Amino acid sequence: MEKALNRFKKISIKNLMVDKAIYVVLFVLLVVIVIIQPSFLSFGNFKNIFAQSATRIIIALAAGMVLVIQGVDLSTGRMIGLAAVISASLMQQVDYAYRMYPNLADLPIIVPILVVMLVCGAFGGISGIVVSIFKVPPFIATLGMSLILYGVSSIYFDRPPYGAQPIGGIKRSITSVATGSIGMGAVQIPYLILIALAVCIIIWVLWNKTKFGKYMFAVGGNPEAAKVSGVNVVRTQIKIYALAGLMYAFAAVLEVARIGSASNTTGNGYEMDAVAACVVGGVSLSGGTGSVGGIVIGVLIFTVINYGLAFIGVNMYWQYVVKGLIIMLAVIIDMRKKMKRK
Amino acid sequence: MENEYILEMKNVSKLFPGVKALDNVTLKVRPGTVHSLMGENGAGKSTLMKCLFGIYSLDQGEIILDGQEIQFSNPAEALENHVSMVHQELNQVLDQNVMENLWLGRYPLKGGLIDEKKMYDDTRKIFNELDINVDPKAKVGTLPVSQKQMIEIGKAVSYDAKIIVMDEPTSSLTEKEVEHLFKIIQKLIDRKSSVIYISHKMEEILRISDDVTVMRDGKWIATQPASTLSIDQIIKMMVGREMTERYPQRDTKPGDILMEVKNLSSASPAFMGVNFELHKGEIFGIAGLVGSKRTEVLETIFGIRKKGEGQIIVEEKEIQNNSPEEATKNGFAMLTEERRKDGIFAELSVAFNMAIDNLDSYIKYGLLNDKLIKADVDKMIETMKIKTPSAKQKIGNLSGGNQQKVILGRWLLTQPNILLLDEPTRGIDVGAKYEIYQLINQLVAEGKGIIIVSSEMPELFGICDRILVMSNGHQSGIFNTKEVNQELIMQASAKFI
Repeated sequence: MEKALNRFKKISIKNLMVDKAIYVVLFVLLVVIVIIQPSFLSFGNFKNIFAQSATRIIIALAAGMVLVIQGVDLSTGRMIGLAAVISASLMQQVDYAYRMYPNLADLPIIVPILVVMLVCGAFGGISGIVVSIFKVPPFIATLGMSLILYGVSSIYFDRPPYGAQPIGGIKRSITSVATGSIGMGAVQIPYLILIALAVCIIIWVLWNKTKFGKYMFAVGGNPEAAKVSGVNVVRTQIKIYALAGLMYAFAAVLEVARIGSASNTTGNGYEMDAVAACVVGGVSLSGGTGSVGGIVIGVLIFTVINYGLAFIGVNMYWQYVVKGLIIMLAVIIDMRKKMKRK
Repeated sequence: MENEYILEMKNVSKLFPGVKALDNVTLKVRPGTVHSLMGENGAGKSTLMKCLFGIYSLDQGEIILDGQEIQFSNPAEALENHVSMVHQELNQVLDQNVMENLWLGRYPLKGGLIDEKKMYDDTRKIFNELDINVDPKAKVGTLPVSQKQMIEIGKAVSYDAKIIVMDEPTSSLTEKEVEHLFKIIQKLIDRKSSVIYISHKMEEILRISDDVTVMRDGKWIATQPASTLSIDQIIKMMVGREMTERYPQRDTKPGDILMEVKNLSSASPAFMGVNFELHKGEIFGIAGLVGSKRTEVLETIFGIRKKGEGQIIVEEKEIQNNSPEEATKNGFAMLTEERRKDGIFAELSVAFNMAIDNLDSYIKYGLLNDKLIKADVDKMIETMKIKTPSAKQKIGNLSGGNQQKVILGRWLLTQPNILLLDEPTRGIDVGAKYEIYQLINQLVAEGKGIIIVSSEMPELFGICDRILVMSNGHQSGIFNTKEVNQELIMQASAKFI
């Protein structure tokens, strides 16, 4: 009996290690970075990491909602691309020589934001309809949507008079959103961090304190049971794909502000970054589980890898290898947890 | 030399974080017998079997098979060594045909290719021997549960199984299919195989078992020849207390008409011409064989299934239930047959599972208020005696009976007038069943109307005021429970076949 109890204790410590393995690995990674470059530990660096993560957090939260309802969104990157070219074309300086719309008035920032949110919300809604009403697997529906969006944004982008040129000359009032900060003296908090924080709070409330959020988890956890419980599954799914579209569009405007220009390749590949961050942050690919905090941590982890490894001069290609390993590790841990339950 | 026991599991213990799932359990099975394993949900029956199959490792004790100590590391190894299991939830490749499933992983080969003919002949031979009437070339996905189960038994025989474990094999079978299963079990016994039989159905157990082992709270309680036991004795050992009745007394009488169903049929023709009235405070049963479309009647009333013709009139007003959403608004609630499939959100908490249908009442200043949710959920956990460490516990970790109570609680929070219960006590142990009957009685005492579909005839007789019998998509009669017996119900069930 004694022996058995000891064994039981050992197992649970082992389980704990497995559960938190991803954090252990990252902690080790961070320690290694700091040992090689002690100057990594500075307020400035952490501010940069957070600021770089800001738009990615918004994107990952949107992609995470789709994962929670047992979907996956492959159109994330192209959705951002479309929103980027449209919003950039509406946010160029009035005196810029290569304006897409030379005679366009100086629009207040809210106009391009609303326009692209409307456009991407509609495209997202279409994905949602294809998935929920026509029962097309999300992988295929959003793959198709991704191609359509790339086509549409390229058509919009590649036209006379200037052809396929990056849309630049973004107004300073816009770019300052990405570069500016608020604060006193040395302690400056970038606007981007504040914006991301605001989005996180709104999304947290939406997920945890509204019917919509509870229905999202219900549909993700067991669509059959949700239906029988009187949840309108189809409507919930459409709403979530549309909301994801809105959020991508908002993030795209921030991306344009950060980069200072846009082209039809803006956002390319973001869907994989978003899914990877969600998975590392504990969103299960089989749906039903996920938290705002987890997703934020997932995004931060990837930025730390990017930024930290670059900081100590690791070759960029090696960074890909490390990122890939971490994604696999995260899913292995997720699967192990599931097997343990069985 | 012949051993007295084909299988001996001696002093087996198994620990899980926080619980001692098995505590010094002993199970001894004689060759060529049916040995029933009984106990409430959570008594440790499944854990014991999982230890046998190497899904769990033993913390203590030994397993002796045919005189040799063994310890399998996975179910495949157990199968190789002639120990086989017919699962409650069958694991089969639905898109493949019967024989492909049967010989999966060991297809007979001829010149490097699969020898279809040998596979077919071998399958036929086994099926003939066991009196199983299934086409080896039929796609498994198209077959009813009873036949899927028989394929599994055939598979066990193809591995020359000496021990076949059957976990709740009759839970989704009709009486006729159960009879057939029992015949097959007899054939297995004739071949000198032993069957370990797990079931909650007492009548069955006493009918077919040679020996009965009862477990409670992870402990061995007794092993006795079935011939020396009565249902009451078994129940007493299972629950550890005297249980005088399986169905609680009720002294309320049905009142005015609550709902009228007139000439109801489903859109895709599953059933037609269903007519009945449900009174306030009445428990109305629906009986019938599997395939008689009992569930479909409930689903149509609740709007899961499209209605064809007919009217549903509640308190003299015709209502339309075009979706579960509308039905819920109209004061209906439905407990579905397959708890795991379309009842619970397994990964989510008890609180979530209970509150999900009633969120509108928890909104304060536009947002959901956790305190209001917690208050309701805690109250429900207490009144329904749900065994859970807290409302935050994942519902998937609770026993079947407690899960069922949570879902019933979910619907009670919406304060429905009419409850549709589809097999509400399937796979639930005696004690929890009794508590669910008590809850049902409380509800009718409040004047609610309850329609209950059940495959367990004694249950319908034990709790219903009246019983409607479905036969092959037709209504073949409504009987007053006091004026009818099981034979008459069976006759009515077969009327349109």
